[in-house]
Amino acid sequence: MAIRSLDAFARMSIGRAFASGVGLVAGGFLILLVLVAIFAPWIAPFDYAAQNLMNANAAPGWPHLLGTDEFGRDVLSRVIHGARTSLSVSATAIAISMTAGMTLGAAAGYFGGFFERAVMTVVDLTWSFPDILIALIFVAIIGPGLTSTTFAIAIAYLAQFTRLTRAQIVRLKRETFIEATINLGAKPSHILLRHLMPNAIAPVIVVGMLAIGDGIVLEATLGFFGLGAQPPTPSWGAMMSSGTAQLFLSPWVIIFPGVAVAITVIAVNLFGDELIRALDIRDRLRGA
Amino acid sequence: MLNVRDLGVAFGVVQPLSGVSFSVSQGETLGIVGESGSGKSLTAMSVMGLLPLIGGRITDGSIEFDGADITALPERAYRKLRGGKIGLITQNPMTSLDPLKKIGPQVDDVAKLHLGLSNADARARTIDILGTLRIPEPALICDRYPHQMSGGMKQRIVIAMALAADPDLLIADEPTTALDVTVQAQIIRLLDDLVKERNLALVLITHDMSVVAQTCDKIVVMYAGRAVEQGPVEEIFDRPRHPYTQALIACIPRGLDDATRLTGIAGTVPTVLNYPKGCPFHPRCPKAEAICATDAPDFSVVGESAAACHFAEVAHAEPA
Repeated sequence: MAIRSLDAFARMSIGRAFASGVGLVAGGFLILLVLVAIFAPWIAPFDYAAQNLMNANAAPGWPHLLGTDEFGRDVLSRVIHGARTSLSVSATAIAISMTAGMTLGAAAGYFGGFFERAVMTVVDLTWSFPDILIALIFVAIIGPGLTSTTFAIAIAYLAQFTRLTRAQIVRLKRETFIEATINLGAKPSHILLRHLMPNAIAPVIVVGMLAIGDGIVLEATLGFFGLGAQPPTPSWGAMMSSGTAQLFLSPWVIIFPGVAVAITVIAVNLFGDELIRALDIRDRLRGA
Repeated sequence: MLNVRDLGVAFGVVQPLSGVSFSVSQGETLGIVGESGSGKSLTAMSVMGLLPLIGGRITDGSIEFDGADITALPERAYRKLRGGKIGLITQNPMTSLDPLKKIGPQVDDVAKLHLGLSNADARARTIDILGTLRIPEPALICDRYPHQMSGGMKQRIVIAMALAADPDLLIADEPTTALDVTVQAQIIRLLDDLVKERNLALVLITHDMSVVAQTCDKIVVMYAGRAVEQGPVEEIFDRPRHPYTQALIACIPRGLDDATRLTGIAGTVPTVLNYPKGCPFHPRCPKAEAICATDAPDFSVVGESAAACHFAEVAHAEPA
């Protein structure tokens, strides 16, 4: 039943986010980006890892539309494959973070008491560590790479999802229809999963959407510091990092991945704003 | 069916309810009347076993349902009674339904939970119940969301949910407070019919004396967490013994041709923290004497009814 109401909610409201001009452009761009990421191997004109030292640092032109980097690799192909890395890492991390945060937040909000205080204290503690530090801890434990990046992003956003979900559940718990459900003899699991969660989920989804944008920036940051994707895996952050060496010789190596990050994050935020408007939840986001 | 004896409820050290006793049997309607804060809803919550959930506990007396003592029933066992054997109709139909779920599934869930019915059987039952509650086109209504319905319609859905598992006892906590006057009358008539058709026991909690006069067989008048007078409805209306009951009856509007002005009761209901010593009503009572401020009156039975007033025997001699 939860799925069915979620489905109704999705049909009703996410669609409305596309209704405005901004929503349509931003949302359209994001859909296009996801398609590009999925079909990267077929869209990219060149192999992203193929080196051609004879043609290193070539300026944008034909056949390398966005030029080549210091190893003569096609920048366009690497930006396209980089979309794959950025989106999948950020989306996976946020999905993990959202799942864990919703579970913890819902349990804390519903059961309250010592359990709630314990969960919230631990979760708030994660918030006091800078994202980069969390990433470094993971790098120290499991080595640099996308797994570390994913977990670092997931933990960085855990507190946000937990607090938001908890706030929603605490508010909803006092609603008359939840009392009515208790009066009808429903079990706590039924109340939590069938009534509280579907009603709490809308703001969490929107914050998740916005967090994907932040996750992309964080992934790029970690990649830039060499803590994220390892060569030759293309990542927007890592590409910018390698581009700094030739900033004045071949600025396109750093500009195009940078532009990709910027446009993507702007699109995510604009679309997120439209979602907030479409779902009419601005008030509910303030609670957390 | 339901037998409450000398019920007392406490939250920490405050004692908002004490010495409440009443009983209802099948086919009978009991009215619990009183102003806001007199302990009516708390009585209902005690019967539903909801006190532990809001931090209260039963300190005295017992609640007996269907011959079994349910005063200290564990939560898990209570869940079977709630919605199963005892249906509760809450006072705010506007917010008593899950806004994200269609009507059908919300009502189905009750029968599925308590009667173990399959989806299809539960839906058939839902449609059947909605039909008996005079809801037009029940099959279509099942596919509606709560926000697509009027208040009176939602209250019927709430009643349908309370009835879905075929309870023996129905508790209606101010079922008509949030509704239009015309709809109020319909809902009250509906409840009255249900009691007769299904041989239910109904506890009707209200502050509206005229509703009580129309529907109830017996009434309990509550004030400041105590029952101050109780008995058969005709007896209470014809010969009210407690000054508070007399005042409540005097407050019922009696039509425009009656030259008398609407009356009220001066003062307000004391809160739990400042219940007066002695008779709880004495600060507002027109007939209070010295003894009222010091000694809490016991119930004195006069004829068929009983009133907790030092002057219960003399009071009925004066016309109300």
